[in-house]
Amino acid sequence: MSESAGKTLTVAAILCGVCSVLVAGAVVVLRPRQVINQDLDQKKNILLSAGLYESQDKIDSTFNQFVQAVVIDVKTGEVQQGIEASKFSQEKADKDPQYVEDIPKSQDFATIRRRSRLQKVYLVKKDGALDQIVFHVYGKGLWSTMKGFLSVDRDGVTIRGFNYYAHGETPGLGGEIENPRWLEQWKGKKLYDDSGEYRPKTKVVKGQVNPQDPNAPYSVDGLSGATLTSNGVEGTFRYWLSDSGYKSFLGKVREGVIQ
Amino acid sequence: MKTKDLLISPIVKNNPIALQVLGICSALAVTSQMKQAIIMSVAVMFVTAFSSMAVSIIRNYIPNSIRIIVQMTVIASLVIVVDQILKAFVYDVAKQMSVFVGLIITNCIVMGRTEGFAMKNGPIASFLDGIGNGFGYGLILVAVSVIRELFGSGKLMGYSIMPLTTEGGWYQSNGLMLLPAISFFIIGSFIWLIRTFKPEQQEKE
Repeated sequence: MSESAGKTLTVAAILCGVCSVLVAGAVVVLRPRQVINQDLDQKKNILLSAGLYESQDKIDSTFNQFVQAVVIDVKTGEVQQGIEASKFSQEKADKDPQYVEDIPKSQDFATIRRRSRLQKVYLVKKDGALDQIVFHVYGKGLWSTMKGFLSVDRDGVTIRGFNYYAHGETPGLGGEIENPRWLEQWKGKKLYDDSGEYRPKTKVVKGQVNPQDPNAPYSVDGLSGATLTSNGVEGTFRYWLSDSGYKSFLGKVREGVIQ
Repeated sequence: MKTKDLLISPIVKNNPIALQVLGICSALAVTSQMKQAIIMSVAVMFVTAFSSMAVSIIRNYIPNSIRIIVQMTVIASLVIVVDQILKAFVYDVAKQMSVFVGLIITNCIVMGRTEGFAMKNGPIASFLDGIGNGFGYGLILVAVSVIRELFGSGKLMGYSIMPLTTEGGWYQSNGLMLLPAISFFIIGSFIWLIRTFKPEQQEKE
């Protein structure tokens, strides 16, 4: 019935106009809510890894009470006093050629290829004194980049808590990295041993950890049926605790330089 | 067709998955957990209903040569809106579903209904047809997810029903249930079951 080229173009143009208004409208109207959700979700995960999460409605107050964000340079381990953490966007820094550096293949255990020199870290304080530090860690699993928060004691060695907030691993297999029971095991494990060389020792072992094993303080159970995901978790730790990751900052924490 | 038929017939008699064998791609992806399956069903129901209605309203103005792309545009716009709504109101679930919401666009049921029904029928009938088909799809999806979540991880809606051996219980989980391929077997069994009780659905030799 309505087949002329002019009519076809008109219908197409009107349709596109209406649809784009609809889509743009939804995005604009819902954007503020989504930003709040994302922000809350991130805070929630930081609190979860620090063991401070109570309930959804207390996230903001707990976060403001205990947590202070700072930006560090992972190369030197120095806190960047000049950069205000509340205005610093990690996502932007991760794309900013000024800060992004390629990771040499031989050191890229987490298979992430590049990372920003500047990283936002979260200092958790108790009664005014530094208690634990929460780091953002990420690495490739089997299917996806697994992103999580790792909380380390002020001794710079002991894990206080660990959790993943985003990943795309197989539910029920690799997806078990978000199982609280599995994450619970990380608490109290050590990142480094006492030797002078001080290399990251944390490992995900196949099967269950034998408590008699001298490596038991550094090992957690692997996830059965998810060897590649487990390897990815181990690689994530190995990379982020290396010289290229947070090692120099953790050294400063241990010396008590970071307050 | 009567209003009641529009809503009821896609549930068993003319089920989009079991009889028309449409939309099984997403039935593989989001059925390992019941909660995801339910949200996905509601989202598909919403998109099918409103896209059918919208296409039906403008059906007399759509030039035949670009009708498929017009339907696609309407569907895609609605899917983006649904995705945005999910992100704003049920952020946790939206995070888990990630790309699968966007993939509703490619769900054959949605376009099957706009092309097959809404182009020839009025807006209200099309809307109801969309609801019915979305529901029929959702029913199978949820049924598959109940089987997969229960036997794959011993849970329903995330609540533990059969405690797993890995968590100190007695149930040894069935890993196959968590892999997408098992959905084929389950859906196949459903189709077999339905066609056993309703022989008129069997295709003639």
